[in-house]
Amino acid sequence: MSESEGYSAAAEVGAVRMRRSWRERAWIELKKAPFTAWLGLVIILAYVFVAIFAPWLAPYGEADAQFGAYEPWSGAHVFGTDQIGRDILSRLIYGARNTIGIALATTLLAFLIGGSLALVAAISRGWIDQVLSRAVDVLISIPSLIFALMLLSIYGSTTLSLIVIIAVLDSTRVFRLGRAVAMNVVVMDYVEAARLRGEGLGWIMRREILPNIMPPLVAEFGLRFCFVFLTIAALSFLGVGIQPPTADWGSMVRENASLIQFAQFDLRAGITPLLPAAAIAILTIAVNFVVDWFLMKTSGLRDEP
Amino acid sequence: MHPVVSIMLQRLALGLMTLFFVSIIIFMAIEMLPGDFTQAVLGQAATEETVAAFRRELGLDQPAYIRYFDWVGGVLQGDFGTSFSGRASSGVDRSREVVDLIGPRLANTLFLAGMTAVIAVPLALLLGITAALWRGSLYDRAVNATTLSTISMPEFFVAYILILFLGSLYPVFPSLANVSADTPFWERVYRCALPAMTLTLVIVAHMMRMTRAAIINLLASPYIEMARLKGLSATRVILFHALPNAWAPIVNVIAFNLAYLIVGVVVVEVVFVYPGIGQLMVDAVTTRDIPVVQACALIFAATYILLNLLADIISIVTNPRLLHPR
Repeated sequence: MSESEGYSAAAEVGAVRMRRSWRERAWIELKKAPFTAWLGLVIILAYVFVAIFAPWLAPYGEADAQFGAYEPWSGAHVFGTDQIGRDILSRLIYGARNTIGIALATTLLAFLIGGSLALVAAISRGWIDQVLSRAVDVLISIPSLIFALMLLSIYGSTTLSLIVIIAVLDSTRVFRLGRAVAMNVVVMDYVEAARLRGEGLGWIMRREILPNIMPPLVAEFGLRFCFVFLTIAALSFLGVGIQPPTADWGSMVRENASLIQFAQFDLRAGITPLLPAAAIAILTIAVNFVVDWFLMKTSGLRDEP
Repeated sequence: MHPVVSIMLQRLALGLMTLFFVSIIIFMAIEMLPGDFTQAVLGQAATEETVAAFRRELGLDQPAYIRYFDWVGGVLQGDFGTSFSGRASSGVDRSREVVDLIGPRLANTLFLAGMTAVIAVPLALLLGITAALWRGSLYDRAVNATTLSTISMPEFFVAYILILFLGSLYPVFPSLANVSADTPFWERVYRCALPAMTLTLVIVAHMMRMTRAAIINLLASPYIEMARLKGLSATRVILFHALPNAWAPIVNVIAFNLAYLIVGVVVVEVVFVYPGIGQLMVDAVTTRDIPVVQACALIFAATYILLNLLADIISIVTNPRLLHPR
């Protein structure tokens, strides 16, 4: 409260009120959140819980192939077993850990690369910006799944090359958005002031610009995660992504796909290959719900009037 | 020069530039291979002479820029080189020309993509425009919720749900789309029904949402409100005031999604074992058959770039503001 002269009701009330802690503010926002956002949050938390505690939750090991192949649903194997006799429920649970973990690592790496290059381009402008932007223009003009397939054929399908390739390809999208929003911020007076003060590039990036472009970047993080998650699932489904025996939802769909032909005789067998695919879909929908709510919250950005 | 022409030439030059750089990147694929890939292709038992002959055939004894122009020159004449597979360590060469592998499959892929586009584009535009006009209604919300959940699903999930219901539980359509060159047209359509349906569902969702957003954006502009306030009928406002300006965003939406179709086609072809170029590329990636991968990547990338270029040019040509410069 800056106004000091005379009586101000706001000042009196403001003086008594304690500053709400981060947790309290988050809770107040959450209470106002729509049902879909709640649903999304609960689903995401459930996935994270399963991913973290996978070894304690799974009834059998990840690559434990000691049972008969294609056993039906039963008490011992809730969703049956797969083509070489591994428990499907256990692989679903471990798959949460592998699939989400790899997608998360990829998204983080993509943001690290794309975000920092975007800030560098926005701050220094000039030829650095030109070179980076044109390079991104070229890279973005190849569909990323096709590009990823080509690079995987060169470097082979290891988990590390998968993470690096997808992260580099997706960092171009992050770069585009990051540069666009950072461009609006770098022209502000306080950035100029920091520059005149003699602050280095690192300081300006971290302390002046990053806090001001956080909301769109956080929303983009959610959407990017979905995209990366779906890309990795697609690649694994095609057999060139995460390799066996690592349990992964994309490759699980492929491995059990033939079961779907038996749906007429045993509906539950027909549903089995759909379970990992549904797991992927539910998580993406949940993240989308939360991102929608977050976007509405931070920028009022929504297409509804 | 008329501004439309100069902008078009600019875009054309930009598109060709992009294509040039993309071709360099794809060409570099073979540069980035580890040094001993000849052994991997020919087998451990390959003799010195076989390896040397193979390297000479690939032109590895020449500098990269000469090989690049050789490669591009070949591609422009329809020669994509020779596949890596089918080579033996003894020097016996049973490998096939990449063009022979790609040719019939490219036709199949184009058939599937074309069939999808014919169904999806009108459907998506219809849904998008009606949802935008009846914004906020129950219809709008239902269409929106359905498309949002379709977007969030991986393509193979949609594909397998369709197989489960229409291929397995109620066998209406075949769940394997095995076509060959001499399959008659309607038989081909019948066999492609499920893959085309899968692609349609995925594409329509994207296209419908983008169309809806574009139209809503347009209907919110002041000149549309002015036309309404003048007392014009709703049809007149839409047909004569909104539509001329809507072409550009709609064409962009269509091109963007047809380009997206290229990516979707890879997964869908694998699900339905459809003999298209996407499946060929995936197989080539698994066997690390670089010439085939390069050829497929170049075809996909070129289609993608050309579609976007086409959309750009159409939206420039139909833009009333550019057609009647002040």
